[in-house]
Amino acid sequence: MEDLSSNNESGCLLSHFLEKISKRKRGDYMALTGIQIFKLLPKTNCGECKYPTCLAFAMALAAGKAELDACPHVTPAARGQLSEASAPPIRQVVIGTGDYEVKIGGETVLFRHEKTFFNKPGFAILIMDSMDDGEVNKRFSKLAQFQYERVGLTLRPELVALKETGNKERFIELVKKACNEPYSIILMSYDPSIMKEALEISKGKKPLIYAATIDNHEAFGALAKDYACPLAVKGEGLEEVASLVEKLNGMGLKDLVIDTSTRAIKEGFQEQIIIRRAALMGKYKPFGFPTIVFPSEMTDNPMKETLIASCFVAKYAGIIVMSDFEGESIFPLLLQRLNIYTDPQRPMTTQEGIYPINNPDEKSPVLVTCNFSLTYFIVSGEIENSRIPSWLCVMDTEGLSVMTAWAAGKFVGDAVGAFIKKCGITDKVQHKKVIIPGYAAAILGDLEEELPEWEILVGPREAAHIPAYLRMQKS
Amino acid sequence: MVFEIPKINYTGKIKEVSIGAGPKALKIGGEGCYPFYLFEGEMPNPPKVAFEVWDHTPQDWQEWALQPFKDVIHDPVAWAKKCIDVYGAEIIALQLKSADPNGLNKDVEDVVAVVKNVADAIDVPLIVWGTANDEKDAALLRRVAEVCEGKNVAIGPVSEKNYKQVGAMAIGYGQVVLSSTPIDVNLAKQLNILLGNLGVSDEKIAVDPTTGGLGYGLEYSYSVMERDRMAALTQEDAKLQYPIICNLAHEVWKTKETRLKKEDDPKLGDERKRSILMEAIAAMSLLIGGADVVIMRHPESVSLVKEIIKELMG
Repeated sequence: MEDLSSNNESGCLLSHFLEKISKRKRGDYMALTGIQIFKLLPKTNCGECKYPTCLAFAMALAAGKAELDACPHVTPAARGQLSEASAPPIRQVVIGTGDYEVKIGGETVLFRHEKTFFNKPGFAILIMDSMDDGEVNKRFSKLAQFQYERVGLTLRPELVALKETGNKERFIELVKKACNEPYSIILMSYDPSIMKEALEISKGKKPLIYAATIDNHEAFGALAKDYACPLAVKGEGLEEVASLVEKLNGMGLKDLVIDTSTRAIKEGFQEQIIIRRAALMGKYKPFGFPTIVFPSEMTDNPMKETLIASCFVAKYAGIIVMSDFEGESIFPLLLQRLNIYTDPQRPMTTQEGIYPINNPDEKSPVLVTCNFSLTYFIVSGEIENSRIPSWLCVMDTEGLSVMTAWAAGKFVGDAVGAFIKKCGITDKVQHKKVIIPGYAAAILGDLEEELPEWEILVGPREAAHIPAYLRMQKS
Repeated sequence: MVFEIPKINYTGKIKEVSIGAGPKALKIGGEGCYPFYLFEGEMPNPPKVAFEVWDHTPQDWQEWALQPFKDVIHDPVAWAKKCIDVYGAEIIALQLKSADPNGLNKDVEDVVAVVKNVADAIDVPLIVWGTANDEKDAALLRRVAEVCEGKNVAIGPVSEKNYKQVGAMAIGYGQVVLSSTPIDVNLAKQLNILLGNLGVSDEKIAVDPTTGGLGYGLEYSYSVMERDRMAALTQEDAKLQYPIICNLAHEVWKTKETRLKKEDDPKLGDERKRSILMEAIAAMSLLIGGADVVIMRHPESVSLVKEIIKELMG
């Protein structure tokens, strides 16, 4: 535990800093108003942007409802000024290339229900220059092994964080090794000459350079520019980060990632919120970048480290660096990340088809349900729990749940009957009995008409009661 | 022109609800900011963890879930006491599993006898969680309210279908009602209004938003709680200003990812630690979403979560 008094002190510092940024002039950081944008447009009212006048278009731009590209006549100079002003409040930064490319930042809301979170945080495993080959290889192989299929997605950690702690030769070896692997790379060293050498080897992989500090930012800024790689900015606390970001912005660097150096849980958590707030609510440009956090440096207990990481999945980290992980720790984090970053505006779906559960045969019961992925997960989980071999037929209801799909006319007698006939279940079982969800009991009559040779059974309304129901059917 | 303050103007506050009686009674709720946003508000009562105890011997628990309780698993009273004495439980949540009409369907009076025994044996606050079958709970929870007179227990889930029966008895015997709705802000608000109209006072309501497990709909509970809190704290929606209780344990421990052993799927890692972390991460997410109490199973998940709560509270 942190000493209480030091925590209180940091708490005060945070409040003090908030007051301070709150007093800055609005014009310093606010995006342009509609009128300001209008002044930069051609003012021809040509209508090619589909808005009747340039003023209307300017207002739409200011409200984020239009894209500048819709105007074919804007001058390059004005375009430069405008794209700067109309850039998203938190910059999207890309680390790596190819399949393992990690996009972070680009977020537009504080709460996922307000729209969605776009770019899930990348998970990195730490590999240090002090580790022997056995340990290093083990860590690379964990990235290969810990991959999980779920709802048609592959859940996996994406990055290696290679850390130099004084053994330059070994560090360079690690960089070379990492370049032969598909994973995205974070290069960790404060020494510009070592970083230059590492970048020379790995520049094609577009690694994240970690980190520019108060002492080395000019050299690191130049490296990031020369090698066109994203750069992490490490300041001691929010104020130093802001001033470093401004300096690096001044050098023309835009792909930045923020580290406040805070390793206390409470303050680290709060800072993530403050940074997101300042960027979105305060339009405070120096914090308009994704962040990197280090649960690896916040505890020695791997279980606790996992839980700290989960706090940062919920609240706003861009990259989460772990000292190490195992299947038992990374899998739950990946599930949580999937949950938090699922787009709440779009239901997740499961592919239509026949799912065998517990090794069913031609005598096993047949159940039918919708393809809302949550329904699929819960129903298939309960069937699995029953340990009774079964066939689950999942019908495409466009991601609607059983009740909603029924109400929308998608999970009705005709449709379900047609699906049962064509889905191929008749080739898999000898009987002609199908269990429909209790909530779809109303389709019984229509379905019996559609499937005259079949016996239609109405299952339970709640998935939790499926095991008992299946056991009862069996006996 | 002054730069816009990146602080939230909280105009509302969550009501403080007392549960339990005597020296170990607790207050839950009372927060005037989003969960752990302590740079701009206060949480006078840190979020709590309740240990679950079943009213009969669980049949299908993993051996690594049973292990901490194996000496007491057949005896709800001893089980509850072990949670308090050995694992430091501040709240016990008694799950009336045996009453479920889709399961053992035990008689109301048999189940009520167990509730009374547990309630009489412990000095920490008690949550009594029914079957979520509206009819059975209507009969069962009414009697629970009665036999727990004077103990200020929290009883639920109370639904739109049985709030009158259960609510009336809760008022009569001074118990706290767990207002339960299926992951929906408006339904939650509506049931709270109905309970208020029935005469349940504001200090006697806590909310069950319906809890999804990790990987099984957690995000729905998470977002509905965030919306509840937003309405309660910034939009002065008085009928959402109640503490939230999430009945998490079973939602996590019933999933196949807590059942598969390492040898079944090596990349999922050690089954015991995995299950503990799944429960702890789900609990932490719910606490960050707005839960005031999470009901949990494994002592190690609980101590991890308590440690992080303590750190976040400073």
